[in-house]
Amino acid sequence: MRNSTKIAAVAVATLAGASTATAGTLEDVRAAGELACGVSEGVPGFSNPNSDGLWEGLDADICRAVAAAVLGDSNAVRFVPLASKQKVLAVSSGQVDMTSRTTTWTMKRDSAEGVDFTAVVFYDGQGFMTSAAAGISSATELNEATVCLTTGTTTELNLADFARANGLTLEPVVFEGKREAVEAYASGRCDALTTDSSQLAAFRAGFADPSEHTILPDVISKEPLAPLVAHGDNQWKDIVTWVVYGLITAEELGVTQANVADVAANSGNPAVQRMLGASGDTGGFIGLETSWMVDVLSAVGNYGEIYDRNLTSTLGLERGVNAQWTEGGLLYAMPIR
Amino acid sequence: MNTTKRNPKSGFSLESLGSLILQVGVLFAVLGVAYLLFANTQKNLEIRGIESGFAFLWHEAGLPIGDSLIDYDPSRGYGYAFLVGVLNTLLVSALAIVLSTILGIVVGVSRVSNNWLLAKCATVYIETLRNLPLLLTLFFVYTVVLASLPHPREAIAIAEGYYISKRGIYLPRPLAEDGFAVFAAASIVALGLAFAFWRWAGAYKLRTGRSVHGFWGGLVILGTLCALSFLATDRPIGSEMPVYKGFNFKGGLALKPEFAALLIGLMLYTAAFIGENVRSGIQSVHAGQIEAANALGVSQGVVTRIVLLPQALRVTIPATTNDYASLVKNSSLAVAIGYPDMVSIGGTIIGQNGQAIEIIAMWMAVYLTINLVISLAMNVLNARVQIVER
Ligand SMILES: N[C@@H](CCC(=O)N[C@@H](CS)C(=O)NCC(=O)O)C(=O)O
Repeated sequence: MRNSTKIAAVAVATLAGASTATAGTLEDVRAAGELACGVSEGVPGFSNPNSDGLWEGLDADICRAVAAAVLGDSNAVRFVPLASKQKVLAVSSGQVDMTSRTTTWTMKRDSAEGVDFTAVVFYDGQGFMTSAAAGISSATELNEATVCLTTGTTTELNLADFARANGLTLEPVVFEGKREAVEAYASGRCDALTTDSSQLAAFRAGFADPSEHTILPDVISKEPLAPLVAHGDNQWKDIVTWVVYGLITAEELGVTQANVADVAANSGNPAVQRMLGASGDTGGFIGLETSWMVDVLSAVGNYGEIYDRNLTSTLGLERGVNAQWTEGGLLYAMPIR
Repeated sequence: MNTTKRNPKSGFSLESLGSLILQVGVLFAVLGVAYLLFANTQKNLEIRGIESGFAFLWHEAGLPIGDSLIDYDPSRGYGYAFLVGVLNTLLVSALAIVLSTILGIVVGVSRVSNNWLLAKCATVYIETLRNLPLLLTLFFVYTVVLASLPHPREAIAIAEGYYISKRGIYLPRPLAEDGFAVFAAASIVALGLAFAFWRWAGAYKLRTGRSVHGFWGGLVILGTLCALSFLATDRPIGSEMPVYKGFNFKGGLALKPEFAALLIGLMLYTAAFIGENVRSGIQSVHAGQIEAANALGVSQGVVTRIVLLPQALRVTIPATTNDYASLVKNSSLAVAIGYPDMVSIGGTIIGQNGQAIEIIAMWMAVYLTINLVISLAMNVLNARVQIVER
């Protein structure tokens, strides 16, 4: 709760401190033997601790993939839960090596807040959830409604924009943590809950009776969610970026967790050979082992497997715009060569 | 104080020169470290491409804020949004100080009361509230008490225009109608007259030894004149009633649950500490003095006012000053229950804008100012009520 104050203090201390290694995150991570990865405080499907305290979700698996690529061990991750308003600061101040946490790529964050975004892992958009009993069918009917949301997000900015653009008066109740916001909505403090639509689906699935809640059809914003790293360390940014592209490319090329060892040894496809290090050394471009993508894929599988495991099988989320470009979706990984 | 009285020439010695050099050295070292930290921070901010300076205060905030004392909309600047937070902090702190003082006095007096049940209840109250973390009390009030109230559709109506629901407490909003100016002027005159009467009564008593009920007389004057002018101007104060429409109540005066929870939580918590201050103040007065005053046949009220209070307050006020200062700082727990106080809004600005250093400096400046004002005011009060030691 007072976390944000604490983190602000940490940020100030690090920024004031003498030796802040901007360059050399790769060396730092190797020396530490673990990757400090910022995640959410618990969003099912993206990053959420299970009953054994193990982090699950698409965002958590991205952390594991990077750890596998860099350290050869997907378990060498220290997950750091961050409230929304800490996520950028935690990276820019070096408290975590990267953040993989439903964070929207915006111009300001990318340019003026000391962080760089890497590659989009999920295309989302902001939506609203209301109780089915309210009988609302569109977000424009929400005039004068009370809306629960979390602070430090694009969510709050979009909500203000949406209200202004549509001439609506909305009464916001802004919480620091996702849990408080969802609980306040569930207890009836608010008429609606707003955040990225995929998260709404996850929260709805977690309610005792999901059918009591409706997600309105309106999507009021673009939320390209991407892992972020501190500004100024190009090598580290390249690593995280290309691990994501590697995951997406592997799905495109049909390389899976189950077949990666076999394909690495036997595939005749030059693109596959390059990616898996059978020919050339793509890992060397970014300071990693030749086997970087073999390590990644045998640990977490390709993008499609990660998506299915975390979002489709548990929450029933379709691929939608997050399908490969060849399937009419937006996923378009840059060529690995 | 001593040094100024000393003869400056006799103060010059080798020893004092050494200490002077040492002090200058320490001063330079401290300034040097501060400068290094500052320069380093600037450099690190630059490397990361983070802006610094206060220009952002004029950039559009774009933030939605649910509870504001001044007209706010998201097109306002970050600085203005921060001001909204500062005012909210001031409002909740000021109200909580007043309420916790009242409750604290009641609790403290009850604790030393001869009524066994009352004293026990006060003890239980103090022990419970003081030993529970404030955050827990806040969560309890917010998520258990207020959230269990009915939806505005089925709001509890205390009277026409007074509603309680999980969306907050709604009251009629007083409105100035025709003739309000006349009524207000008349009321001020009435207040002046009442005060003059009270002063006159005091002087009359000193002169003649006969006592006139100055306070009550003044009150009667005030009440009568105000009532007369109220009738004469034909209801100068109207009210805007809250009505349930669509999603929520509209109109009227609203106490949002977040605000109410914070106010109640701060009040309950701080009152326990103030209660203890009041108790120890009362108990610090030697019982013999009260007995002596009683034996002289002085009325109970006078004993309390002239003998007990001046001595008790000498103990109570300094301790309470600390509790007021803690209350103001504790109001930052607002962030946990979604009340937009200065810390909550400042934190949001850090999250949206990344300039933590500036916001932290602003937080410190505001808290420091508020607490300096509080301790200044309390010191003045303390000086006034203290018995002059002879
Ligand atoms: N995409 C949004 C963030 C959306 C988001 O993460 N929202 C909430 C869900 S209501 C959240 O996770 N809150 C923080 C938490 O985990 O406590 C952004 O980049 O600002």
